[in-house]
Amino acid sequence: MTQLLRIELYKIFSRPRTYISFAIIAAISGVIQLAMLSDGGSFVNFALQGVNEQFDIQGKVLNGYLVTYITLQSLLIHIPLLVALVGGDAFAGEASMGTLRLLLTKPISRTQLVLAKFSGSLVYTLLLLIWLAIVSLGVSLLLFGTGDLINLKSDAFVLIMHNDILWRYAAAFAFAGIAMMSIASLSILLSIFADNAIGPIISTMGIVIVLTILSNLELPLFTLIKPYLLTTHVIGWKGFFDDPVPYHAIGNSALVLIIYTIVFLAASIIFFNRKDIKS
Amino acid sequence: MAPVIETKNLNKSFKDFKAVSDLSFSVNKGDVYGFLGQNGAGKSTTIRMLAGLIFPDNGHVFIKGQELHNNTRHLLQHIGAIIERPDMYNYLSGWDNLKIFASLSNKKIPNTRLHEVLELTGIADRRKDKVKAYSQGMKQRLGIAIAMVHDPDLLILDEPTNGLDPQGIAEMRKLILHLSHDLGKTILISSHLLYEIEHVANRMIIIHKGKKMVEGIVGDLLHPGDTLIQVSMLPDTDVAGKLAGSAWQVYVHEHTSSAITFKMDPAQVPQLNQWLVQNGMQVLEIKTKHLLEEYFISLTNDAAAKD
Repeated sequence: MTQLLRIELYKIFSRPRTYISFAIIAAISGVIQLAMLSDGGSFVNFALQGVNEQFDIQGKVLNGYLVTYITLQSLLIHIPLLVALVGGDAFAGEASMGTLRLLLTKPISRTQLVLAKFSGSLVYTLLLLIWLAIVSLGVSLLLFGTGDLINLKSDAFVLIMHNDILWRYAAAFAFAGIAMMSIASLSILLSIFADNAIGPIISTMGIVIVLTILSNLELPLFTLIKPYLLTTHVIGWKGFFDDPVPYHAIGNSALVLIIYTIVFLAASIIFFNRKDIKS
Repeated sequence: MAPVIETKNLNKSFKDFKAVSDLSFSVNKGDVYGFLGQNGAGKSTTIRMLAGLIFPDNGHVFIKGQELHNNTRHLLQHIGAIIERPDMYNYLSGWDNLKIFASLSNKKIPNTRLHEVLELTGIADRRKDKVKAYSQGMKQRLGIAIAMVHDPDLLILDEPTNGLDPQGIAEMRKLILHLSHDLGKTILISSHLLYEIEHVANRMIIIHKGKKMVEGIVGDLLHPGDTLIQVSMLPDTDVAGKLAGSAWQVYVHEHTSSAITFKMDPAQVPQLNQWLVQNGMQVLEIKTKHLLEEYFISLTNDAAAKD
């Protein structure tokens, strides 16, 4: 298993396409930071239009924490895509290259191969999130400095003191790791049924987009199913920027995501162990 | 001693298509076993079942007396296989590919062994190049190196000469004979180059539409006396007359004024040639049609006619 994981990691990080995801994150984060550097003041004034009428806000509102928060909101839909790029490729990519049949003529367990590919995708996902933390939080703090964070919500705003923020980001990134783990396991499951990586990557994104829409529709029918939707819980990281932090809801979301991951992974193992390799 | 490979009543269907039907055969230790059939005959499906890639609907595959389905991981340690095209990780070097697949063999394989198989397959000097820069023939050689690297007792080679040039094909033939005769490997080989099978295999099977047509020792199945010898010559109006009174008449398969086809043992060709020249026929070429090719074509045509 360790050997299989080592090989999976070697394969993932030997491919130039793996680094495209890291470049995309750096690019999106960099663009937002540049925009904020050049015209962040106007953005903040516009965003706080309603608030400024009722409150006198002092201090440095445009700071590294705010820019990071804006970046994370913008990247919400992109990160699952980047995770699916590797997860969706796990089996389908090998099938389309023809290496899956060569791999499975070796004395390895199919279950261990699924676990190794999942673990490899997980390592990639975690590195991607660490990279996101470096380029969004690290660089933003360098460029804009620290300050209190104003989290604007639809019906309220939350003010978080500057010395109470860093741990929230750490927790939010850890939660994002759990959320992306479920996306990775979904894309791996879809990858098992395909002989071309494009299919599972697009399918994963399709599912995420459809479920996100359902999660946001305020209709009675969907209200019933919302608590069970993957995407309802993927955005649970935002809870760390509420006051007070809804630990119970966050814990519940993390649990649902872990259950999803286990179900997807178990299904992957069952289906892959029964699959005829015809590619 | 149990056969190295034994299949019993293998069946496999894909939806309504019956790919393999009640197929039983056995490969003994030391055999070079030719596995033949037309395109779509079920060769690849069968070979994939032998390598644990496809699960039979029913029937059994035994490797060294043990059922493959129950001991897949253990038994795959004794098998080296190339299934269809030898596809590898194109973005890695030949060496990296070999190293990766060697590390999955459950054996500690030293780098010296990696060098050894690369030398044996003739790609040692290109080992550091990315596989995407390899020709099809080089990929085929690397595929053989990957199949052999853990020194398995059984090699399953599906179309190993695909993409090789004539020199490569001759080298592959030599390699297969070396592996069989000098190293005692058991080899199951499928190829559409029947001439190659004829020269390397000691036993063979021909399948058609997933069913066994014949299986046996190559020498027993191919009777040398049935070899077709085609003689081309300058046109001679009296060919029929000259042949009529000779001992060669019984061997004539068909003839025109410029070509005669005899059905006989190739060992008789020198005497035949002498007689033709002595009787004033100006011989341009004597060509032996390959036995297996003729045998295969007649067998599969008969089967197709019955269908």
